[in-house]
Amino acid sequence: MNSILGLISTGPKIVFPSISYKAIGPEIILIVGALVIMLISSLAPSLKRTKAIGAMAFAVTAIALIDSIVLWSNFVSHGASRAIASSIVLDGFAIFLMITISSAALLSVLAGEAYLSRSRIGRVEYHCLLLLSSAGAILLASAGDLIVVFLGLEILSIALYVMAAFEKRNQLSGEAGLKYFILGGFSSAIFLYGIALTYGATGTTNIQKIASFLATNTVTSNGVLLAGIALLIVGLGFKVAAVPFHLWTPDVYQGAPAAASGYMAAVAKAAGFAGLLRILITAFPTQRLDWQPIIWGLAALTLVVGAILAIVQSDIKRMLAYSSINHAGFVLLGVAAGTAGGVSGSLYYLIAYTFMVIGTFAIVNVFEDSDTGVVPIERLRGLARTNPALALFMAVLLVAQAGAPLTTGLLAKFSVIAATVKAHSYILAVIAMLSAVIATFFYLRVVAVMYSKVPQDKVSESPIDDEEVLVFASGGDGDLGSFDRPEGDLAVLAPAKVAVARSLRISTEAKIVVGISILFTVGFGIFPNPLVHMADLAKLLF
Amino acid sequence: METSLILAAIAKPDLITFIAAAAIVLAGAFGVVASKNPVHSALSLVMTMFGIAILFIEENAQFLAAVQIIVYAGAVVVLFLFVIMLLGVDRREIFSREKLRGQLPMGIVAGVIALGEVLLLAKTTWATGAKASTGPVGNSVDNVTRIARAVFSTYLLPFEATAVLLVIAVLAAVYLARRVVVEHNEEEEIAVAIPEPDDSDFGVSISTADYSEDFENESDEEVIDL
Repeated sequence: MNSILGLISTGPKIVFPSISYKAIGPEIILIVGALVIMLISSLAPSLKRTKAIGAMAFAVTAIALIDSIVLWSNFVSHGASRAIASSIVLDGFAIFLMITISSAALLSVLAGEAYLSRSRIGRVEYHCLLLLSSAGAILLASAGDLIVVFLGLEILSIALYVMAAFEKRNQLSGEAGLKYFILGGFSSAIFLYGIALTYGATGTTNIQKIASFLATNTVTSNGVLLAGIALLIVGLGFKVAAVPFHLWTPDVYQGAPAAASGYMAAVAKAAGFAGLLRILITAFPTQRLDWQPIIWGLAALTLVVGAILAIVQSDIKRMLAYSSINHAGFVLLGVAAGTAGGVSGSLYYLIAYTFMVIGTFAIVNVFEDSDTGVVPIERLRGLARTNPALALFMAVLLVAQAGAPLTTGLLAKFSVIAATVKAHSYILAVIAMLSAVIATFFYLRVVAVMYSKVPQDKVSESPIDDEEVLVFASGGDGDLGSFDRPEGDLAVLAPAKVAVARSLRISTEAKIVVGISILFTVGFGIFPNPLVHMADLAKLLF
Repeated sequence: METSLILAAIAKPDLITFIAAAAIVLAGAFGVVASKNPVHSALSLVMTMFGIAILFIEENAQFLAAVQIIVYAGAVVVLFLFVIMLLGVDRREIFSREKLRGQLPMGIVAGVIALGEVLLLAKTTWATGAKASTGPVGNSVDNVTRIARAVFSTYLLPFEATAVLLVIAVLAAVYLARRVVVEHNEEEEIAVAIPEPDDSDFGVSISTADYSEDFENESDEEVIDL
């Protein structure tokens, strides 16, 4: 051993960086939690198929959330810090996103449990992938180095590819996973190339050092630097589904299990925007005149295309996919403003959207077939009569996404548009408001379908409804867990009644998820101060 | 004549090494496209990789040279060979007809564009900004040592974080490659064989057609309802 050390120590002594385990606490909790769950499930295979796995995953995310909140209170009392050779930064921005991501993981474990007890496959794998991917997202949110940003993005994305393809009996799910994987792989490569060019232009991958290099040096011919910034924007633009890099979104959200889609929408967006905001605003403030017009254009396109294409969707998962693109446009407003107000507006939007979208997808999950994975909006027809509570919750979550008063949705939209107006981009603010009006239409359309009556006379004469019933019946066949379901009766029921029969089997986990989402969305909508204050504190420092 | 060549080699060893390595690279690349047997193509690719590794060593990039051989020649080409062997070595007809229409002209166009790009980059002098953070080459400490130091100091966290990627890769590969196992809360576990590809194709295409019809007709109805 000594001789080896002697061989190594020919050069100057290696100075190992001091490692602050506290700074990467949530990541360690999530990763170790996933490993422990895998270990336990292989040592005690009888546990594999029980809710104990879900309970453990829930405990892990809860501990990670508590740890994030402890980090936040430390930050409030002691201020921001950097750790582990400056590859981790713990400013308000990072910790706010840690809280966002761990709450998303917590809700998604519950929503996932609701999905897994229906589909009965891969319980351990689903939860472990979820925990590991949220560890990647948290790593990305607190990254101080482009390499760490890249690794966080990859850990997050690769787990998400598998979660999209999780429902192996359904070909749409496999297609979703493959599409996401190939396009995501390309975008990761583009992002990595952007890092390489940025390194070539500035000589460092550390975000803080890039900023100080560009502040103290003038790059005379900046082709390499500009190409690097452009590629970084393209790579992250894909992850947050900004138009024109959005083409994967509807197929992936539709094919993936609804619980996974909700998680994907919340966490991939939060993490992608964490990277985008950190890189553009901390690393390239000197190049603002170069990147701001690009983000401006992306935001305008994303807002308009997302809203317009959402209108023509007949599948609710596809509609929510386009609506998530529309939401990405709103968050991009904060990025385009590039001010402190813009950053806290974006953060507020991300946490509000996280709770709304996971709750919405948890409800969609109730109506989902394991075999096809599609959820036509028509399946919700007449829900208000058969299950008024569920219809009310769905309606609240949808109008909150549209930006209704007394919900976090309104404040979120208001804060990013206010930041845009303060940054004097009035045209963009007008585009945003118009797209919010368009978006209101497709959210209200679903609400209208839920609160409209089931046309009884149509059921018998229209052949389509019969086919729908057939599809339902085959769904019952494929689901081995429900032999006891009276399929003969199902075939004669009207589709809405079938929907009722399904919707009555709402699991406790789904109820908890929806309850928390509603409480958060409405609670912080009526008493906005704590959350707004928190988002204001969450500044980008490094 | 010979002595003058040797003298030239001694005077300009870099040039001679470059010419030799470039010849190996080109010969290998030519072999990849010209061989009739896919296994020979893959082996020619190994030759190209070795030539590129020599070029890296000449540029004092010993680490990249090692990675080039370990990753590309050692892993990637072996993977290619596995695929070729699994598909069957004797299937020569793969090369006889083009799978994509207009493959050849498009390939030529792409090649010309790539060449133009390289020439453009060689001509222009884009400032690359700072010197490498690892310090100037030519110091007493060599390249590989420098990278090792960077990995265990500046990039310690990212280096450790790659472990998580490997965990996910193993987990994902095992899950996706396994048969569908429907889990029951009771003791028994029913393994459902994945249906025959033809059958499942058929079934899904029918059901999606049903759905698309549903969508069209129901959106028509919806206008009336609203």
